[in-house]
Amino acid sequence: MRFLDIQKMAVHALGKNKIQTALTMLGIVIGVSAVIAMVSLGQGAQKLVQDQVAGMGQNVLQIQGGGGWNTGGGGARQGGDQQSLTEGDVESIKREVPTIKLVTPIAQAQGQFVFGNQNWQSRVEGSNEHYLEIRGLKVDQGDFFTESDVRTANRVVVLGKTVADNLFQGSDPVGQTIRIRNLPYRIIGVLAAKGQSATGQDQDDFAIMPYTTVQKKMTNSAVPRINRITVSAIGPAATGAAKDQITELLRERHSIRQGQPDDFRVNNLTEVAEAAESTTRIMTLLLGSIAAVSLLVGGIGIMNIMLVSVTERTREIGIRMAIGSRGSYIRMQFLAESVILCMLGGFIGVLVGIGLSLTIASVMGWPSFVSPQAASIAFAFSAATGIFFGYYPAHKAASLDPIEALRYE
Amino acid sequence: MPEARATDSSASHGAPVIQLRGVHKIYRTGEIEVHALRGVTLEVHRGEFVAVMGPSGSGKSTMMNIIGCLDRLSSGTYVLDGVDVSTMSKNELADTRNQKIGFVFQAFNLIPRTSALANVELPMVYAGVSPGERRERARQALEGVGLGEKEASFPNQLSGGQQQRVALARAIASNPAIILADEPTGALDSKTAEEIMRMFQELNRERGITIVLVTHEADVALHAKRLVRFKDGHIQEDRAILPQDDILTLLHPLEETSYEIP
Repeated sequence: MRFLDIQKMAVHALGKNKIQTALTMLGIVIGVSAVIAMVSLGQGAQKLVQDQVAGMGQNVLQIQGGGGWNTGGGGARQGGDQQSLTEGDVESIKREVPTIKLVTPIAQAQGQFVFGNQNWQSRVEGSNEHYLEIRGLKVDQGDFFTESDVRTANRVVVLGKTVADNLFQGSDPVGQTIRIRNLPYRIIGVLAAKGQSATGQDQDDFAIMPYTTVQKKMTNSAVPRINRITVSAIGPAATGAAKDQITELLRERHSIRQGQPDDFRVNNLTEVAEAAESTTRIMTLLLGSIAAVSLLVGGIGIMNIMLVSVTERTREIGIRMAIGSRGSYIRMQFLAESVILCMLGGFIGVLVGIGLSLTIASVMGWPSFVSPQAASIAFAFSAATGIFFGYYPAHKAASLDPIEALRYE
Repeated sequence: MPEARATDSSASHGAPVIQLRGVHKIYRTGEIEVHALRGVTLEVHRGEFVAVMGPSGSGKSTMMNIIGCLDRLSSGTYVLDGVDVSTMSKNELADTRNQKIGFVFQAFNLIPRTSALANVELPMVYAGVSPGERRERARQALEGVGLGEKEASFPNQLSGGQQQRVALARAIASNPAIILADEPTGALDSKTAEEIMRMFQELNRERGITIVLVTHEADVALHAKRLVRFKDGHIQEDRAILPQDDILTLLHPLEETSYEIP
């Protein structure tokens, strides 16, 4: 018997009972699309985290004043007791930690940005000229400030995209002057847009100016304050060593005795990112396995229908055997039916799954991401489901006795 | 097997198409043994038209199943078209059914929701005949039974007589050594039954096809050339059907065999 004839026979048999075929297939469609949607979403989240890590800059460490775990980037610790970092710390890290490439102090402030009749509330990050490189940011229009701007505490500002868009609505901001806390600042550049973070925060809603400017013009404090120090290590492998060296150096500088807690915290952002990534990976796995269960249920549905079908078609099987079909041909036909059913269901499931993940991604405001691995694995798995769950009914059909089968009413 | 077939057809009336010797069939279901056939010896030659009669339980159905290679005998030998099938495996039996036997059943037994043409093609699909050739042969067979214009119809769109003609076309399309018909008119009205029987006669007379037909109706058996009557698992009577036979003479075995078997 020819292979193609078996396929044709199977397709013909499936076509005879369209509703039953469609309903059975639905189980596989749902299973496959669920796997793809879940894994795609999970991997999308993972990709988001990775993008964010890349957005924080390569091999970045953050030193925050005060003990404890500080994840906030909003500059809430203005003038608090947690203030413990000094310009001296920055200088000595730059000088004494060999695994460090670049260092910038960060001084934060908030303010109302005013241009003409436009208002925008945002935050200001004060840094030195290395900020862009450490954070892996780019200037879209204009320039970034220089070391001399930092030294002279020049009133220059580089706007994030959101701030620029809200104040200037399309016109060129570079060279314009805005007022923040009643002082004029010259806009020398606009940053390239970065979009939303994984948590839905707008990463373009801020402005950068020399930290000296922030210290002198924006905070009303006698002592110049530094909220954070951001450093970049010389390589990915050096971040651990850099963290240890900085910790040691700062404990010494802050005269912290053995056994006493640090009054600062060094966050290795790569570590944080890795932790976040492994969390999303576990989530992906979990969602994927729940979806896989539905694929399994779909497979059991196939088996059930195939068994019913074998019983329903007992007489037909008897006729086929009488006119000369070997048992193996019957087995192949039924197996082909379930495999074709599953593969067709799998194919539709892939399409639905892709559509579903794109839809969910756009509704959630996440970057759309379709996992090609998940699609191919789910499709392959659906074919395997067809063979696995189709085998027993097919075998049962093939084992029928032709005389008994012919007599079946 | 094709070689055996070739030598056989050249030998024509020499070797019998069906040769059963001392065939026993015993069914065992648990403790109970049913002795369905008790030593049947029968030869059917090429071109014969044999009617098998007998009351239910006489063993004629068991006989049909064995001749049709659907069942295996318990002891004895069965040579079909020059090939010993008594020791064949299931697959070999399936192939033998496919190549040497054309079945016609009481209930027509066409595959539902499948066109007449596809039904006639089916045995050749299993034989691995190329699509073009089997289509051609199936068309010829359908035309041969006068259903050339119905090839696209489904069984449920055809009358009983038409369905049985499709089944007949299916049986002859693959050019088998014998046609086995099991009560082929049992589900038909008498007029249609007569038509079908005429068709059997035509096939036998004009194309020399060997036919073995099981029936319990004397008027059906009357169309055959030879009568084999079963009773209690053995052959009670085996004689030629002569022009002077009628329904009454066929209904019961002859008290004494006064006819000469030519």
